[in-house]
Amino acid sequence: MTTAAIKPLKKAQKQTQKVQRPRNVLIVGVGGQGVIMVSKVLATLCQKQGFEVKQSEVHGMAKRGGAVFSHVRFGETVYSPTIPEGEADVLLALEWAEGMRWMPYLRQQSGTFIADTQHIVPPFACRNRTRGAQSGYVSETIETVMSHVDNSFAMDAMGIAEQLGVVKAANTVLLGALSTALDFDPEAWKSVISMFVPEKTIETNIRAFDAGRDWALGFDRESELRNLTDTHSLQQEGLAEVKVDRSIVEITEEWCKSCDICVKFCPERCLVLNDKLIVEMAEPERCTGCRMCEWLCPDFAIAVRTPDQISQ
Amino acid sequence: MAKASSPQVTPQDSKDKSNKASVAIEVKPLMGNEAIARGVWEAGVRVASAYPGTPSTEILENVAHYPEQDIEAEWATNEKVALDVAIGASFAGERAFAAMKHVGLNVASDALMSMTYIGVNGGLVIVVCDDPGIHSSQNEQDTRLFARLAMVPVLEPSDAQEALDFIKHGYEISEQFDTPVIVRSTTRLSHTRSLVRIGERISQPTKGFVDNIAKNVMIPSHARISHPRLIEREQKLGDYFNTSELNRWEPGKTEYGIITCGISYSYVKEVAEDASVLKLGASYPLAEDLISKFCESVDRVIVIEELEPVIEETVRKLGFKVEGKSLFSREGEFSPSVVRSGLAQAGLLPASESTPGLAPQPLARPPVLCSGCPHTSAYMALRSIDARVAGDIGCYTLAAIEPLKAIHTCVAMGSSIGNAVGMYKTGNETRPIVATIGDSTFIHGGIPPLIDAVYNQANITVLLLDNHTTAMTGGQDHAGTGKNLRGKKTERVDFESLIKAIGVKWVRKADSYNLGNFYKCLQDATRYKGVSVIISDRPCVLDPVKIKGKAFEVRAESCVGCQSCMNLGCPAISWSGELHDGHNKVKISALDCMGCSLCAQTCPSDAIHLPSET
Repeated sequence: MTTAAIKPLKKAQKQTQKVQRPRNVLIVGVGGQGVIMVSKVLATLCQKQGFEVKQSEVHGMAKRGGAVFSHVRFGETVYSPTIPEGEADVLLALEWAEGMRWMPYLRQQSGTFIADTQHIVPPFACRNRTRGAQSGYVSETIETVMSHVDNSFAMDAMGIAEQLGVVKAANTVLLGALSTALDFDPEAWKSVISMFVPEKTIETNIRAFDAGRDWALGFDRESELRNLTDTHSLQQEGLAEVKVDRSIVEITEEWCKSCDICVKFCPERCLVLNDKLIVEMAEPERCTGCRMCEWLCPDFAIAVRTPDQISQ
Repeated sequence: MAKASSPQVTPQDSKDKSNKASVAIEVKPLMGNEAIARGVWEAGVRVASAYPGTPSTEILENVAHYPEQDIEAEWATNEKVALDVAIGASFAGERAFAAMKHVGLNVASDALMSMTYIGVNGGLVIVVCDDPGIHSSQNEQDTRLFARLAMVPVLEPSDAQEALDFIKHGYEISEQFDTPVIVRSTTRLSHTRSLVRIGERISQPTKGFVDNIAKNVMIPSHARISHPRLIEREQKLGDYFNTSELNRWEPGKTEYGIITCGISYSYVKEVAEDASVLKLGASYPLAEDLISKFCESVDRVIVIEELEPVIEETVRKLGFKVEGKSLFSREGEFSPSVVRSGLAQAGLLPASESTPGLAPQPLARPPVLCSGCPHTSAYMALRSIDARVAGDIGCYTLAAIEPLKAIHTCVAMGSSIGNAVGMYKTGNETRPIVATIGDSTFIHGGIPPLIDAVYNQANITVLLLDNHTTAMTGGQDHAGTGKNLRGKKTERVDFESLIKAIGVKWVRKADSYNLGNFYKCLQDATRYKGVSVIISDRPCVLDPVKIKGKAFEVRAESCVGCQSCMNLGCPAISWSGELHDGHNKVKISALDCMGCSLCAQTCPSDAIHLPSET
């Protein structure tokens, strides 16, 4: 085999003119919300408008309530299927905390953030069972985001869809809002949406699209921010302060008959039967003071003392 | 994804009927895996087989969309069987195909290591999907190292178009060089959709079975003759790749040159468009002359490849100074940001300035067992008997983490039973030893170890979690479901008879939705001396059909905020916002609740009921 054939390709293949950079839309949400469907609609629209499109997603865990994301990139030439951090022109979040997760991907200053305000709270965020525990859901409020991100839209897409009587078209409402951030003709959007929804629902989906678009066009961030600041102080007062302290489980060993009920029912699984088959607190730091053991013990062998009682 | 609705409908004419006449130039958006399937069909393949595994699963699902008279598409019981079936079809003189994820190749490797000595009759291409970044796997091994061991050529497409083209090219190489060919995909390529020019199917004339014992029967005397042929083949393939269009030299600035392959190429072009790039479509054996020429043409050589330094080491062996893994990690998935920061570290690109913006602490949202999942209660019961649990691979591996925390080991497909036998044999374990394994995993690799357990008189319990589907990969049929890949009725493995035939004396079916009974059954099984098997017989709530029952409700006045129900980890249960003595009360989302009743069964204060119950 000769090596004479080894030559670089001709320069002519390269574009002489610097093409415009691709546009990047990152669509995020929770498994089952329709992230992939929304991104397919956008990708098809871009293709029909004559752009090269790449759409990238990761399957596998989507069905199990995990975070789902889809990168859509379009332009004259698109190389990478994924959007680099800080370069998303639009971040469309179908769920609030997912929008927060991907915030670092949004392009500073010029990027547009569109998020559904609905909260899907995972069981993991409710793991703290002590008295007065706060949910581990993200703490960023609409107010925080809107005051940090210039082009931000926090919308209640489900609420808008409900008002129209088309609950299932909440994602189309979001597409309507998305349409205001990209330079495509609304009619082109509608014809692509019509390809993806059941024929019977085309008309309602078009209405949902228009509603989302109108909402975004009429959205005034400044006045919205003022409203939020007014109501914020009221919400703060509603939160009751609860002191978090350790409870104490007192066991009267003589009364325990090894029935195992408290061990089996303890939600935190912090009780065990010891070598003498007497109940024992094995993991006191897990005890939340819920009193379940006290209530269920048939022999009154357990008493739970909460912090208030201890201090008395 | 729609399953094989009608075998007559192929993807290209199911939507766009008007374009049927000019399919040769039709352009369609296809996912990498769809493009691979298209390539398989266009290449005239007759037999395709696979075992599902993320990110490769959609390949065979899509092959099954092409007409049955063109191509046999089937789910095999495991990857080795899939490859053996493909090898058989190759022996019979037809083009054959097998697909698997990277760890699937470990299972199939025994057949591959012999097949590489034998070579092919009909062309044989194996697609192996690697998972850099470990999105859904147990490791991130690099298939190119396996290929080097087997001396099998590897082609690495960088987008969906190349995925289709390289499959077809792979068959030509396979038949020309008498070798199986591996086409390596990665998660990112498999799951990225881009525009693809599709073509027509080119039917291949059958070669028929060629009787040649010296070639087809690998006994020592024949293998000794084959091995030198293999070494010679490797040399010839390297020469071929030196001039093949699979490898592409894109000239640019000469201050530095980048050698790259696969999906990394797209990241390179994204961040360093002006650089000289040598894009290797064939990453084993490497085109050494071409690489040398390229290295001579630039001042500095950078290799950008995900996972192992396969190309980098070869370049160094050729005597060139090269940088690769000193700039780019050996682990994880690459991205434009990774490539940019590596090139910046090398001083070739300006470091990207990080502008601190709003960066909220992300919410932990790990995948969880679904609401109504029949596995949940099985692991609740296992916790209650304080068992030592050898786990296996499937959705149920999620029971290892909070809140169930009821699995103590997980190794590889089918490992649980063998692991349990070993734990028992040490005599160290005082707790009851239980192996938990799903139906599809049991068929894949659980039957030989169960025979071993009986044969070697282990005292263990096997919990066969039969949810009637391969749930983890999205609900594929298997030998235990009674349906094949095209959705047609077929024989169904009767687990109970099979297990009895193996010699297990204690076999019982139990319904995991009845927590009390299931717990009792588990107690009985673990007290039995010898191998006991419980078959948990409850279908998956999502596949093949969604099973949604009436939603349960929490009576707020009865809820004491103990959150026992939260121990299920059910995604339908969360805090209601109300408090009882400072503790958060719970609520159930009617939309998400499947009505399995487990929370009602665990509630100590009887606060959870169906709305109809008064």
